[in-house]
Amino acid sequence: MSLFKKEISRRSALKGASAFAGSAIAAPLVFSKGAWAQEFLNDPGDSPTVTLGFNVPQTGAYADEGADELRAYELAVKHINGEGDGGMINTMTPTSLGGNGLLGKRVEYVTGDTQTSADEARSSARRMIERDGVIMFSGGSSSSVAIAQQSLAQDMGVIFMNGLTHSNDTTGKDRRRYGFRHFFNAYMSGLALGPVLADQIGTERRAYHLTADYTWGWTQEESIVNTTEGLGWETVETVRTPLGAGDFSQYITPVLNSGADVLVLNHYGRDMVNSLTQAVQFGLRDREANGQNFEVVVPLYSRLMAQGAGENIAGILGTTNWHWTLSDPGSQAFVASFGQEYGFPPSQAAHTCYCQALLYANAVEMAGTFYPPEVIRALEDFEFDGMGNGPTLYRGGDHQCFKDVLVVQGNPDPTSQFDLLQVVQEVPREQVTYPVDFFEGELGPYEVS
Amino acid sequence: MMITRSPRHDMMMIGVFALVVLTMPIWLAPFGAAYPDLLQKFVIFGIMAVGYNILFGLTGYLSFGHAAFLGVGSYSAVWMFKLFTMNVIPAVIIGTLMAGVFAVVIGYVCLRRSGIYFSILTLALAQMCYNLAYSVLTPITNGETGLQIRPTDPRIIDAMFLEPTERVPTTTLFGIDMTGYGGFYFCAVALIITFFISVRIFRSPFGLKLRAIKSNQNRLNYTGINTRPYLLIAFVISGMYAGLAGSLLAVTDPLAGAERMQWTASGEIVLMTILGGAGTLFGPILGAWIIKYFENIFSAFNDGRLHEIFSFLPDTLESIAVGISAQFVGEGWHLTLGLMFMLIVIFLPGGLIEGFNRIVARLRPGQARRRAPAVEEKEAS
Amino acid sequence: MDAFVLQVLNGLDKGGAYALIALGLTLVFGTLGVVNFAHGALFMLGAFCAVTFNLLLNLSERVEDPNITAFTAYIDQPYLETWLGDFGTQLMDYSVPLSILFTIPVMLAIGLAMERGLIRFFYKRSHAEQILVTFGLAIVLQEIIKSFFGANPIPVSAPDTFVGTAAIGSLIGLGEGVAYPYWRLIYLAFSIVVIAAVFSFLRFTTYGMVVRAGMADRETVGLLGINIQRRFTVVFGLAAIVAGLAGALYTPILPPDYHMGMDFLVLSFVVVVVGGMGSLGGAVAAGFLLGILQSFASMNEVKDLFPGIDQIIIYLVAVVVLLLRPRGLMGRKGVMET
Repeated sequence: MSLFKKEISRRSALKGASAFAGSAIAAPLVFSKGAWAQEFLNDPGDSPTVTLGFNVPQTGAYADEGADELRAYELAVKHINGEGDGGMINTMTPTSLGGNGLLGKRVEYVTGDTQTSADEARSSARRMIERDGVIMFSGGSSSSVAIAQQSLAQDMGVIFMNGLTHSNDTTGKDRRRYGFRHFFNAYMSGLALGPVLADQIGTERRAYHLTADYTWGWTQEESIVNTTEGLGWETVETVRTPLGAGDFSQYITPVLNSGADVLVLNHYGRDMVNSLTQAVQFGLRDREANGQNFEVVVPLYSRLMAQGAGENIAGILGTTNWHWTLSDPGSQAFVASFGQEYGFPPSQAAHTCYCQALLYANAVEMAGTFYPPEVIRALEDFEFDGMGNGPTLYRGGDHQCFKDVLVVQGNPDPTSQFDLLQVVQEVPREQVTYPVDFFEGELGPYEVS
Repeated sequence: MMITRSPRHDMMMIGVFALVVLTMPIWLAPFGAAYPDLLQKFVIFGIMAVGYNILFGLTGYLSFGHAAFLGVGSYSAVWMFKLFTMNVIPAVIIGTLMAGVFAVVIGYVCLRRSGIYFSILTLALAQMCYNLAYSVLTPITNGETGLQIRPTDPRIIDAMFLEPTERVPTTTLFGIDMTGYGGFYFCAVALIITFFISVRIFRSPFGLKLRAIKSNQNRLNYTGINTRPYLLIAFVISGMYAGLAGSLLAVTDPLAGAERMQWTASGEIVLMTILGGAGTLFGPILGAWIIKYFENIFSAFNDGRLHEIFSFLPDTLESIAVGISAQFVGEGWHLTLGLMFMLIVIFLPGGLIEGFNRIVARLRPGQARRRAPAVEEKEAS
Repeated sequence: MDAFVLQVLNGLDKGGAYALIALGLTLVFGTLGVVNFAHGALFMLGAFCAVTFNLLLNLSERVEDPNITAFTAYIDQPYLETWLGDFGTQLMDYSVPLSILFTIPVMLAIGLAMERGLIRFFYKRSHAEQILVTFGLAIVLQEIIKSFFGANPIPVSAPDTFVGTAAIGSLIGLGEGVAYPYWRLIYLAFSIVVIAAVFSFLRFTTYGMVVRAGMADRETVGLLGINIQRRFTVVFGLAAIVAGLAGALYTPILPPDYHMGMDFLVLSFVVVVVGGMGSLGGAVAAGFLLGILQSFASMNEVKDLFPGIDQIIIYLVAVVVLLLRPRGLMGRKGVMET
């Protein structure tokens, strides 16, 4: 059976075995920077290629998002290898990327299916690390999956670049030295959304929260409650709804007579599509309460969700990491090359994954080595621009990116099938930055093994 | 019908089985499956399937709730790591016992009914465990994120003997790292032992009674035998197997999430058992290996890899071949799985083992009737 | 009081969907003795019949947006609107109710094909094998739908006339607070009509009478020279239609995606078992009962008393019913009672 790559599997099996046997006696030699000869897992060594792993949901509810992420990764690999039009490599500043692969090695990649499950994601990631010998892996679409992979990354000593994950915990309580997040988080959503909400729907409001009953939902609810109460809003009730409830009517009818005049939906994906569709169906948006128009707010938005909810999203406020209509050169370059390649604009998930791949590649070039601790140091406190969202800081203390956050609303009058969201405001980075010790967490050591 | 196998024959069979399992890292290499994670999954789900077979294969009671025991085993094991020590022995023992306790309770309730009612009862109870673990029981299970080991955990026993470190410690067996090949061999030994126990059960008078329950429970009741204690014991044993598998999952990868308790996870175990051949000794293990192989290898194929495979074809043919096969691998691997189930159930109701036996019988007419696996497996089912 | 009435309505509405799905499931079990794990997939296929019909009506000319060059961005200009003007718009608006006409023949064909092509070979096989093969079929069907329509939910809207809520509170003297969406009321009424139709078909037509006789004693009916087999095939088609209609009209309430069948599968089995395997009346009663109980368990007052009760109520009811009254609410004595 030469159907499968024999050499690779044998090589990495041996490598895994030697890593296991030699973990106790690995005595790293210390050299000065630029002449690293440390032993580390999956060192590409003299090989002419280097392998990256892209672990995205290919089955399950987030499969479309995963497919978009995979497209973005493929594009990023092309650009790193110097194929295509180069995309954001041309707009990114500062950049050490020259379109000649990574440290002169051609980039190859393997893919996997997380099935949006922590167990399967770790399985898939371990296959990439143990068999395919990846030097970095990346992917996303759910916070628990991201957190699970991030802690695996720390245990194995292979860098993980988070894709779409919005929970505060990813770079808060569960932050890891080997995990990095470009995407924004629930707390930043709250900080960005607050002033716009005050501006657009007032400070005399009574909010009712429906929250997906798991960790991401809770962190988002907490963040939004904090900001809105800071504005002078009152929180009438926070109700937890089971994940995948389908029909939310039994949670929506109590809103009608609760005296609330804002409904906050802390749901994502299918839950958000369903709860929003049904809330609109129950006439919430046509109602008046306390002498004001009833409003619905969806703190985390994505274009795919907007597609699923159809015309119900018109005018509904929320935040998003990035949107393809942004006019800065970085976004334009990315939209152009993605659009040319696939025939439609990228989603925010695609954007964050593309950026993560380039940022990792750039850090490798800056460090001049694949040795993870050095790559991590290059990424930490890296300040860059030209990748959408304005000047951005990869904060070293918690591995969270700080950049402008978009407040968007559903477009009531789209001019094309992709024109579903319109940007209300680009909230500047200063406004969404919070102190590094705001969430408690430990990154852990640079050196593992 | 029932022929008592000689103990020597059984020992030989177990010896061969042990050899096959322990050499997996070598003979699976050409299939691209010889890496620690998948090897560990192979043996752990092998244990799970062997245990499930004791209940379903022997008594015919179709449980849709075994994933709950898997989850209980995992959670207990991780809590042992967090509270006491990273040594895997206490974790495995407590994980198995806790699953046993749950199995006694759930089994006692569910075994009051049989047939599809039993299935629905187990399903309902397991789903309740899953839903609660996901949400209200978060203080114990850490909900969606899953229970993880942190540097700050107490680990009372370890703290007495070891220097505290900044890093997250790994699971060990008296100093041997349990996350790589070490973990595989540890689990492989567990699989061989549990397989041995299962063979003993199959051959014992107790196993015979269980089979009698499957063929005609009423007759057994009329002869004055109360079947429920036997069923309960079988249920608890298979629950403990599941708990052992769950704690081994935590040993090789110390993170326990609620999703391993969902009904689809239980369904997967049923599929493994039936795919390989329920009631046969090797069938369920074979089924577990095939499903895990599909899940991990087929799902990782992408267009690039397919182009590589079909590169010997002319360009147009190549893109056609890639286009068609892409529907079945990568994001389409569920389709392959579904089709495979249908084909096997339609054409090989006894599972893959039956197919194997048919081939053997065809190759060796006359002979197959008296000796060789064909008879043995039939008689076992 | 208002909240109470609203939750009853929610429960009835949910119950309508549960009852419709469970009805077909229990019908197939009662007549053919088959445990059909692909029944949820039939519900999903029905929903996608509505989606497909909607797409067909919305076949459009693409008017490209000249401002965007990197890819083709366009607005749809539906042909129906171009050709038929306002009438075309009306047609498109009513796509969901009209899709009933499309769903019935398609689902009948799917049901007959399923029964003739696969299910009939499994009458004599064990329940475990029936479950496995239909489960495999469900996965295959759902993957096929996914490869055509993607994994993202697809929005389908109810006709404009029925958007918004009916002030039924003031109608029955309960005050302004009680308002309920038109479409959900229609769905409830529709489910009652379909249930009534199925019942009267089985009760008042000779055809149905023979089917019922076959359910009770298959052999004797066969001995009377009646081709009961063919009637059972038709029953399977009927079950597929009922599930399909339940799915098609549910689309404005729940934007359909390929996985929706699986979500309803476990639930519908619980409904069938609680009602009593093979009991049509039981399935309907249990569907409404579970719907209402689920609604009440989700009320904040109840959740404060028993945290997480809304997540497990369905299963809790199933366990209690099965332990106390194993033949289900309305199951016949002696049938499947152990």
